[in-house]
Amino acid sequence: MAPITTLAQPSAIPTLEVRRLHKSYGALEVLHGIDLAVATREMVFVLGRSGSGKSTMLRCCNRLEEPSSGDIFLEGQPITGKRVDLDGLRRRIGMVFQSFNLYPHLDTRRNVTLALRMVLKLGRDEADARAMAALERVGLAGKAASHPTELSGGQQQRVAIARAIAMEPAVMLFDEPTSALDPELVGDVLGVMRELKADGMTMLVVSHEMGFAREAADRIVFMADGRIVEEGPPEQLFTAARHEATRTFLSRHTRQ
Amino acid sequence: MDQLLDQFFNLEIMAAAWPTILRGLGMTLLLCLLVIPLGVIGGLAAALTSLSPRRWVRWPAIALVDLFRAIPPLVLLIFVYAGLPFAGIRMSPFVAVAIAFMLNNSAYYGEVLRAGILSVPRGQAEAARSTGMTHAQTMRAVVLPQGVRNVLPDLISNTVEVVKLTSLASVVSLGEMLHAANLARSVTYNASPITMAALVYLILLWPAVRLVSRWQRRIAV
Repeated sequence: MAPITTLAQPSAIPTLEVRRLHKSYGALEVLHGIDLAVATREMVFVLGRSGSGKSTMLRCCNRLEEPSSGDIFLEGQPITGKRVDLDGLRRRIGMVFQSFNLYPHLDTRRNVTLALRMVLKLGRDEADARAMAALERVGLAGKAASHPTELSGGQQQRVAIARAIAMEPAVMLFDEPTSALDPELVGDVLGVMRELKADGMTMLVVSHEMGFAREAADRIVFMADGRIVEEGPPEQLFTAARHEATRTFLSRHTRQ
Repeated sequence: MDQLLDQFFNLEIMAAAWPTILRGLGMTLLLCLLVIPLGVIGGLAAALTSLSPRRWVRWPAIALVDLFRAIPPLVLLIFVYAGLPFAGIRMSPFVAVAIAFMLNNSAYYGEVLRAGILSVPRGQAEAARSTGMTHAQTMRAVVLPQGVRNVLPDLISNTVEVVKLTSLASVVSLGEMLHAANLARSVTYNASPITMAALVYLILLWPAVRLVSRWQRRIAV
């Protein structure tokens, strides 16, 4: 009897769902059918060697890469297919890039307000207020008038996070957010991600930060050769992975 | 020596020719005011279409740009002014010059702007599109401002060429500066009006040329 009530809960619909995702470049298939669901408020880490397809999979989730086949749903709504309002859906999917991709010709505040003004059509005052609130959340309200080139890498990435969260997305995609940072700047960015999680943000993260994954993730997905090899809670994967490939990868990357 | 000065720097003749040359300068500036904006707008259209992901948009655009870069502008001008009347299309010299130069300039501005757009890292457009901005919004607010800045020296260089190119209009008897100076030369049997026109071009364009050189040196460092 109990399952019926479980199904009736709104959380039964994943915030983000990937089904049978394939991606090929010409004759080369790099994703061989990925199935993945991210529940509301869940933080899922995707681990795997470079070339395992994890970034491609992530970039398919807002169709920066066009899936070759398969379906992707945002809160049950398909984002794949020809008829969908892709721009409308993308404003609900925040993305943070390895190389930050801040707009160098705009100051920090206008980096954040640009989409608020052009996409959400907010007025200047409202956009400014929302941008300042987002910059406050990443601890950079004081840098609103600075240009990206005047900021450290860690600060730039936090501004990029502010730019994404200001849109109030349903889910955030992180594509190796700390890989381009000097080691001493990584902590600030991870700190912001930790706070986002505490505030209930749904997140899908591709990263090599093993320690952070183990401590903060709700679930870890391990990918190899374009497939999901195994997934589970961090402790299970780190201490009792079922597959040899997972064990090899984790031991190699967690050695101090 | 005196003869040289008399033939090329005759102040008396220069003073007499000045009103004519001034009128010619007016026509030259008017042409520039028309032809430069048209060329930039046409060039923008050429750049955006020749970068289109749609093959049936991109290929004709690239073919047209190639065509108008390969045809000498003087040939194009004479074709439009003196060739098209054989097809029953007649126009004033001014309109012919505007059309011929717009086609030529658009092709060149198009190549410069295309290089500018391509100089902007892909991640810039990806970041903008990931926030839900449309392709057009991304171009206008993110890619073009950076791309134009990256090729500003080339845009100015190209504009200098356009200003010089307007002197070709003299062959269809449009009274721009060279035409005016040449008229004054043929009336006075003296080359000083041509010297004068050359000096006016120099004064007009030298600052731009200097500016571009300085920029390029700074970028090279």
